[in-house]
Amino acid sequence: MSEAGPLVLVVEDEPQMRRFIRASLTAHGYRLVEAETAAEAHRMATSHNPELILLDLGLPDGDGLEVTRALREWCVAPIIVISARGREEDKVDALDAGADDYLTKPFGVKELLARMRVALRHASTRQNGASVQVLEFGDLKVDLTRREVRVAGAEVHLTPIEYKLLVLLAQNAGKVMTHRQILREVWGPQQSNQAHYVRVHMAELRKKIEADPARPKVIVTEPGVGYRLRDQQL
Amino acid sequence: MVDSKLADSRSDENRPDPDALLERVAASEARASRAKLKVFFGFAPGVGKTYAMLESAHRLERAGVDVVIGCVETHGRKETAELVRGLEVLPLRVVTHRGARLEELDLDLALRRRPKILLLDELAHTNAPGSLHKKRHQDVLDLLAHVKKRHQDVLDLLAHGIDVHTTLNVQHVESLNDVVAQVTTVRVRETVPDAILDRADEIELVDIPPDELLRRLKEGKVYLSEQATRALDHFFKRGNLLALRELALRRTADRVDKEMLAYREENAIESTWAAGERILVCVSPSPASASLIRGARRMAAGLRAQWVAAYVEPSLTKPFSQLDRERLDANMRLAESLGGEVARLSGTRISESLLDYARKHNVTRILIGKPTHPRIRDRLRGSLLDEIVRASGDIDVHVISGDAGKPAPAPPPTNNAVADWPALGLAAAGVAAVTGLGWLGRDILSSPDIIAMYLLAIMVVATRTGRGPSVFAAFLSVLAYDFFFVAPFYTFAVSDHSHVLTFVMMFGVGAVMSGLTGRIRQQELFARSREARTASLYALSRDLGSAVDEVSVAWVLAKHTAELFSCGAVVVLDRDKLAGEPTVTVRAAPYSATEQAVVRWVFEHGRPAGLGTDTLEGARLACYPIRAGAEVLGVLALAPAHVTAISLDGRDFIETVSRQGALALERSRSAEEAKSAALRARAEEMRSSLLSAVSHDLRTPLAAITGAATTLRDDSATLPSSERGGLLESICDEAERLERLVGNLLDMTSLDSGGVSLKREWIPLEEMVGSALTRLEKKLGARKVRTTIAPEVPLLHVEPVLFEQIFINLLENACKYTPRDSPLDIDARREGENVVIEVADRGPGLPAGREGQMFEKFVRGSHVGIRGVGLGLAICKGIVDAHGGTILAENRAGGGASFRVTIPVAAGAPGGDDAMEEEA
Repeated sequence: MSEAGPLVLVVEDEPQMRRFIRASLTAHGYRLVEAETAAEAHRMATSHNPELILLDLGLPDGDGLEVTRALREWCVAPIIVISARGREEDKVDALDAGADDYLTKPFGVKELLARMRVALRHASTRQNGASVQVLEFGDLKVDLTRREVRVAGAEVHLTPIEYKLLVLLAQNAGKVMTHRQILREVWGPQQSNQAHYVRVHMAELRKKIEADPARPKVIVTEPGVGYRLRDQQL
Repeated sequence: MVDSKLADSRSDENRPDPDALLERVAASEARASRAKLKVFFGFAPGVGKTYAMLESAHRLERAGVDVVIGCVETHGRKETAELVRGLEVLPLRVVTHRGARLEELDLDLALRRRPKILLLDELAHTNAPGSLHKKRHQDVLDLLAHVKKRHQDVLDLLAHGIDVHTTLNVQHVESLNDVVAQVTTVRVRETVPDAILDRADEIELVDIPPDELLRRLKEGKVYLSEQATRALDHFFKRGNLLALRELALRRTADRVDKEMLAYREENAIESTWAAGERILVCVSPSPASASLIRGARRMAAGLRAQWVAAYVEPSLTKPFSQLDRERLDANMRLAESLGGEVARLSGTRISESLLDYARKHNVTRILIGKPTHPRIRDRLRGSLLDEIVRASGDIDVHVISGDAGKPAPAPPPTNNAVADWPALGLAAAGVAAVTGLGWLGRDILSSPDIIAMYLLAIMVVATRTGRGPSVFAAFLSVLAYDFFFVAPFYTFAVSDHSHVLTFVMMFGVGAVMSGLTGRIRQQELFARSREARTASLYALSRDLGSAVDEVSVAWVLAKHTAELFSCGAVVVLDRDKLAGEPTVTVRAAPYSATEQAVVRWVFEHGRPAGLGTDTLEGARLACYPIRAGAEVLGVLALAPAHVTAISLDGRDFIETVSRQGALALERSRSAEEAKSAALRARAEEMRSSLLSAVSHDLRTPLAAITGAATTLRDDSATLPSSERGGLLESICDEAERLERLVGNLLDMTSLDSGGVSLKREWIPLEEMVGSALTRLEKKLGARKVRTTIAPEVPLLHVEPVLFEQIFINLLENACKYTPRDSPLDIDARREGENVVIEVADRGPGLPAGREGQMFEKFVRGSHVGIRGVGLGLAICKGIVDAHGGTILAENRAGGGASFRVTIPVAAGAPGGDDAMEEEA
């Protein structure tokens, strides 16, 4: 972490896409290595040890999902999948395979940079091990040591499930959590097919922490994928 | 009519009949392309047919032709066995039949081996049961048919067609069977239909003088089994051999003659140009009709004429007996197998019906059997022969002796022949009752009264029972009357001889009456069975009329056949899916590999097969083609408990059923085609309107992007920075618009193609509404959105992403068509078994009268300056439809538009929140 920005590996076979990403990322101080194929991606990841990986799913020599799984076995750098596959199943698959985030093409530079910042921050907190004791998002304040949740200063009473749900999303603020991931973390590994558990409890949680539960601002739904706690610092 | 025809043919005299010409062209084309059949034809066993065939095979083999022996009988002869050596021999299939080990041609193997020429000895050989076909000649036809079919499919493989060489003796030719039997007094059971011999491309006569044959026999060069020696003992007499040789020579000469004639016709060598002869042979149930039919076939062959075997359905008053039906059936089958047409006529006068048919069909000759009954019958009832001869006009009438051969086997004892004890008892009881009554009233009754009472009793018995018991009742009546009421009483003696006449009269009246009532009963039975048949045909056509598709047609056919024959029935429509279940099965019917093979055969050949026929008779199904012209549309099959369950009448009925079925199938097929054509036309229309709309809406943003981008690239130096910013902004906006359009199109396509299989999940409505509102945050801006979701609204069982899209589209629409600050209302409540969701605005409302059209594709509101393809609402409708709900658009009281989605509440909503909490 010197004067040079974080090193990003861009795996993308479209030259036009690479050019646009290269231009915008270097303009924002990132350093880049590029790969066009899955094989090259593995080589570059091993030799350069990047801090973040942008990965296209449709590669000429293999499926990006496989690359994600293979990289996850040894690589801790966050992976952001960028893909033209817009179906929710594809997003869920990528996230469950170990990707940290997912961006559907076409996307704007602003969006990309925001997601990259979130991913990098999560990675650094993970590495530093310095666990934050109090999480704050605008009016919402979660005190982990005291198991206390406040909205605009007033204490809110949550059930154990709602609390676990909120903490999970808060600790991963800015990141999409799939239904499966939430179920596994909150209910345990057996319940991974009962997405409606999450939905029902999410509705209750929202009633307690959102200013207007009909138009949620804190925890937003990623349709068909899961939920994301908005990180307003970004 | 006949005259004008003659005149026509005369004026055309020097020109070959065009139909005949076409036929010949087709025949010669077919001959060139199809496999060849060569018959080595001899007049007796031992003339050297097999030897000649093998010799020619060797010659061909030396010439490099692929010759394979399918089956050759050497009869242990050294010379022949030696000739077999050096040729490829197909392994035979071993069949065990009743303990005996038999060897048969392996047809499958032959077809797989696919040689150029296959040698197959003894054309008339009868295969052991279990072979695919009954007789070897059908193997041959099958081989040829296979090749022919192959030819139609793959012209390239033509050259690989399997030619067949075979051997045949003259006594096995079906139409010569009678003659041979007359000459040699040996009736040969194994016969070959003439059609096979006619089909042969080449007939080689293998001939040696009879003396030479006899010498060979003596020298032991002709080997015959013990049994055969006995049977053929007087077969090999010099006289017999001479006669047989003559037959064989004549048959071959006939053929040569035909070929020559064909050549002459082809080359328009005009000499005699007889109008096409047509022969009608009158058939009755009599066994003598069989040789009449063979005679007709011989005559037809000689004249190269078509021929028809006709019979006249008996009138209502005198129906055929069961035995007659069976015999008639056999005769008609014989006619069919000899290549004749079969006609079933009806009418009150037999002669009129026959002549009427003959005139209508330009018959030139009528063949009729010599009368065998006593002359007295002609006097009484009139002679059929006489009537025909008198009324025949210019049609020649040939009278032929019908050689009945052996008298037909006595009919199996039927129920009538066995003493029917209850009926006899009834007769006795009736007579006893009358006697008792008469005895009691003897003082007031006169003897004619008593006689009348007895007659009444006889009549009652006759109406209830058959002929025997009523005659028995008449007999008993006479005895009782004599015993009790004729002096001297209580003896059978008669004092007054005039009473004898009374007895005779009484008995006579009784007997006649019983005959009459018996006939009435038979008529009634006949009428009833007719009525049942008519009724079931009526029901069939009514049901077929209401059958909407092919499967229901099949079902109707199977149901009616099964009902009428009280057995299982099967209909198969799809010839490519024979292996699976049949299209329709009514009651239980076997459908194993054997039955499937029969069904396939029927599909390929368009002829009945299976149980009760002579093709694949081992199957448990009797299969009939459902055909329209030459095309076999399906197969109708029955599983009767016994072969005899399907009579001649039954076959007629099945034919009628399948004809009607074919019509119905064709009708439903054409209806389906029309429907799909209409669908295609609509799809085409849709496609073009989509293309025009899409091309416009895709090009507009692309044009803006291209314009802005090129301006920036080329003139960036001269542009003021504010202008540059504006151009960049418009590039981003237009790209976003393009993306939305593409997304909509993709959604619409997947909904349209019917490919949506919903991945339903349980989800609270507020989550989807909330998510939609969040996603539209920017667009909604400061607009007020009031969301009211009643607490009783349950979890919905929907596909979350699609369902949310409904709200996104509706809200986007509202944003598009209403002023920036006008409020939106989202309202959800439960109404009975439905959840009703309303999305309403306070904008200008919908154009009056067009509320229903809003959900059509490419319909846009009438506002100027609003962009979009008009797919949003169509997508909403597609999604709501897919979920089994409805969507309505209406104008709101107080101004504005309202869209109402109604969706059924799904059963089985998950509960158990508490359980979830506990687990946690």
